[in-house]
This record gives sequence, structure tokens and C-alpha cells, in this order.
Amino acid sequence: MSDKNDKFKTQETILDHLPEHEKSRVEANEHSTTGHEWDGIKEFDKPIPRWWMWTYILSIVFAIGYMIAYPAIPLVNDYTKGLLNWSSRDAVEQQISEAKLAQSVYIDALNITALDDVAGNEELMIFAVEGGKSAYAVNCVQCHGSGAIGSKGYPNLNDDEWLWGGTLEEIYTTISHGIRFDEDEDSRYSEMPAFLTDEMLAKDEIAQVAHFVRSFTGLEHNAADAALGAVIFEDNCAGCHGDTGAGDKDQGAPNLADAVWLYGADQQTLVNTISTGRKGVMPAWAHRLDDTVLKQLTLFVHSRGGGL
Amino acid sequence: MFKHEIIEKNATLLLVGSLFVVSIGGIIEIAPLFYLETTIEKVEGMRPYTPLELKGREIYMREGCYNCHSQMIRPLRDEVERYGHYSLAAESMFDHPFQWGSKRTGPDLARVGGRYSDEWQVDHLKDPKALVPETVMPKYGFLSATNLNYTLIEDTLKTNRIVGVPYTDAQIANAKQDLETQATLDGDELDGFEARYQKASARDFDGNPNAITEMDALVAYLQMLGTLVDFDLYDASANRR
Repeated sequence: MSDKNDKFKTQETILDHLPEHEKSRVEANEHSTTGHEWDGIKEFDKPIPRWWMWTYILSIVFAIGYMIAYPAIPLVNDYTKGLLNWSSRDAVEQQISEAKLAQSVYIDALNITALDDVAGNEELMIFAVEGGKSAYAVNCVQCHGSGAIGSKGYPNLNDDEWLWGGTLEEIYTTISHGIRFDEDEDSRYSEMPAFLTDEMLAKDEIAQVAHFVRSFTGLEHNAADAALGAVIFEDNCAGCHGDTGAGDKDQGAPNLADAVWLYGADQQTLVNTISTGRKGVMPAWAHRLDDTVLKQLTLFVHSRGGGL
Repeated sequence: MFKHEIIEKNATLLLVGSLFVVSIGGIIEIAPLFYLETTIEKVEGMRPYTPLELKGREIYMREGCYNCHSQMIRPLRDEVERYGHYSLAAESMFDHPFQWGSKRTGPDLARVGGRYSDEWQVDHLKDPKALVPETVMPKYGFLSATNLNYTLIEDTLKTNRIVGVPYTDAQIANAKQDLETQATLDGDELDGFEARYQKASARDFDGNPNAITEMDALVAYLQMLGTLVDFDLYDASANRR
């Protein structure tokens, strides 16, 4: 006979799986059953395990203690406050003030140190730049990128070029009040006009200016168009961007001769920029972040390179 | 003598019994929140959504933004330091339904208003990866190409009033006009709109002045999130929880 048939020969019962002392009790019929029987299967009527019972009782005891110690039961006009007088809102404020207290040596020093002087104190500088790095990761990466390289329309913070100035003071102003941010009255504002939309230049004139702009950085261009564009540039663009295209940081007019492009330098993008204008917005952070954090951010951004 | 067997063998009795026990918890812990005056903090600045913001909110729900974004800054240090002041009950008192959530594949949006420029919101909704290469957020560029359907906006405001949002008769009567004013900056009606909705900003949100699109509505909604309450006037000690 095969093994398979052997299995059927000796029928296994629940008894085979019980420990010895249980087995004898069952055989002696010491356990009563619930009285049901389904296809020969009976159910012992046994109490739940002792450890389980105690866990259950202790949970109730714990819950009662918890209700006495912490806010718990809503009443008619108010709720029970608990003996500990604990409040989640107080707790978070306390945690934050404790964290600030732990950093207070540095925070106080940073608050009274002028931006230009922070670099002179190595320890304070490390605190500022590291703090700025954290604040940057939370607040700035969405536009300027996690590596601060920016993207189309959002400036690269690693290069040497600055739209509104790269001194510590200028970076601080930009972060605090934003750029073209309506809700902050100290926000610096300027606008690249929409030369086509507002009918200041014709389409072919704009194309000529674009050729001339490309000539600043030696990009491929049509020399004849660029020559015509030069005249138009002088009349319409030089006021902000300067005769040589060097830009003007006081009014956020980009340098056109530095091969750094915020929106792109291909002919079509330049035509679009000149036709419909540009006015990128940077939000103001002074009303969102502590002055300490603003200073940290300033020093971090400045330390990325190219700071003046 | 009562035997456990009785409820174990009677399904209806078991069901009624379970319901009774569970409802005790509900009645004691939840019901009082509806009459306790301390549930919702007294704050300055809260107002009902403008019609355009309300439509934006509908789009937010339609697109399932809540599947990845919560709108509830919990009173924990890491959340407060990252997102700003913890959320108050008052800030969602006009929300039907609220968008608190607990699923955060993306960041919490309770205070996203004013954090980024309109242009960023539009660029980012159109192609999130272009701005944040690490993101897994899908593209919502079609919102820019879809004109906003606001024919029923008056009824939407009325429905909100039924469930307790204090829209005035004037706000309901001018709902359509206010929506168009906020999205197009129509000068004639601007004063009335600003009088009806304090701190509401009217501008072309999506960068396309020729049409009122779903993008206009969604960006208008996002840009006001968490900006209403005046925290200079908020008394934290009177609102301990």
C-alpha cells in the first residue's frame, strides 16, 4: 500500500495535537463543551487565557487613569481638562520654544550681527548656512530646485549672475519682500513690456531685435537683421538693459551679454519674451519666516557661489 | 440569569446590542462638539469662499487632490516648522466636506496660499516634473484648456447656505458676477466684490486673460488656502486644546 492510503487508515483527531496533560483531561471528559456539534466537531467551553483577561482589565484601568489625567469627556459647556492640564497646542509651543532656547546662543548672536559680519565668526556662519540649507529645502526648492539650479523662469542661484543684485543686503531684500509680489508693498517691481501685445513694435522688428540680442553672446544670428535690430534696441531696450546689454540690477533688467538665460536664448523664445513681456514673481517671505531664518537663507544663498 | 448565549445565537439582538454600545462612544465624544461653543475658535478674518474659490474647491475634490494632499497642520513641532501655524477648527468651518485628510504623498496644503506665485502654480500643475524633478505628481494641464462651467454657481452657494455657510442674499444674487469679476478683474464690479468678500484678490490667475478656465478657479482656491485668519489677533491662550 502506498503512503497516501496509510494516511486515511489512521484518522487524525484533535487529540493528536494536544499536549499530554490536556489530552488526558479531554479523555477523562473533564472539559465541558458549548453543546453544539457540527459534523462531529465540538467546541470546548473554556475561559479565555488568563494573560488575555488581565490585559483586558488593565486596559480598562489604564483608560480610567488616562481620562482622569488628560482632557477627555465633553460636558455641557466645556470639557474635563484632566489633572495634568495638558494641551496639545501648549505642548507644541513649548517644544518649539525649547528648541529655540537650545539654539539661543546662535540665534541671539545672528540677530545682532550684521549680515556682512557673520562670515567673520566661523561658528555662527556654520549655524547660519546650515539653518539656511534646511529652510531652503522646505521653502525654496519648489521653484529654484533642490540643487538651486533653477529652471525656466526660475533663476539659478549657483551662478554669478543676479537679476536684482547679489550682495547680502540685496539678497536679503529679495527674500524678505519678494519680487513683483503684490501683497508686499516693499516688493521691488519692474516689468518687461509686451512689445507686440501693446503694439510698440512690429513682428519683423521684434525678430530683428532678437537677432541683435543673440549677437551679444555670439550666438548664431543674421548680421543684416541684427544691424537693423541694433537701432531698435537702442530706442526701446537700452533704457533698461543698457547700450551694451549689460542690464541694470536696480530695476531687475537682466544682463543680456552674459550667456545666462532665464527663459531661453533661442530665436523663438526671445521673440516670445519681447512680444508678450515677462514679469516673474517671487513671493515675499518676511511675513512667513522669522527674521533669523531670513538671514540664514540669505547667507546660504550667498554661499552657493557668485555672491557679491 | 443572563447568558451570553442569548445574544450570540440571536443575530438581530447582537446587531442591536453592538449598535447600542458603539453609539455610546459617539454620543459622548462626538455629539457635544455640535453644541460646545469652544469647538470652533473665535478668530478674525474667516469668510465664506468666493464663488471662484468654491468652484476651484470643487475641481480640487473632483480631481481627487485629497488622495495625496492633506489640509491639516497638526500641532506637532515638525509640522508647524514646515507648514506654518497649526490648523484651527475655525479655518475649516465653511468646508463641506472638510479636506483634512491624513494621506500625504504630497505636502500638506493647508497654508499653501501665497507661498508660490500664480505662474508657478500654473507651470507646476501643467508639468510638475519640469519644476520639481523629484515629484510623482501627475500633470493637470487640461485645466488650462477647459473653460469653467459656472452656470449653477448660484445654486452652489444656496446649497452651502443650507448646510450652514453664512452666504448673504447679496452674495448669492451676485454669485455669477463676482466669479467673473474675480477672474477677469472687471473694474466696474470690483468694489462690490471686494466689499462682499474681504481679503479676496481679483486677478487673472492662469495667465490667460481671454477665458475663465478651471485653472483660474483652482489657482484662486490654492492661493487663498490658510491665508484668512489674522494670527496677530489670535489668542492662543483662550483656545487651549
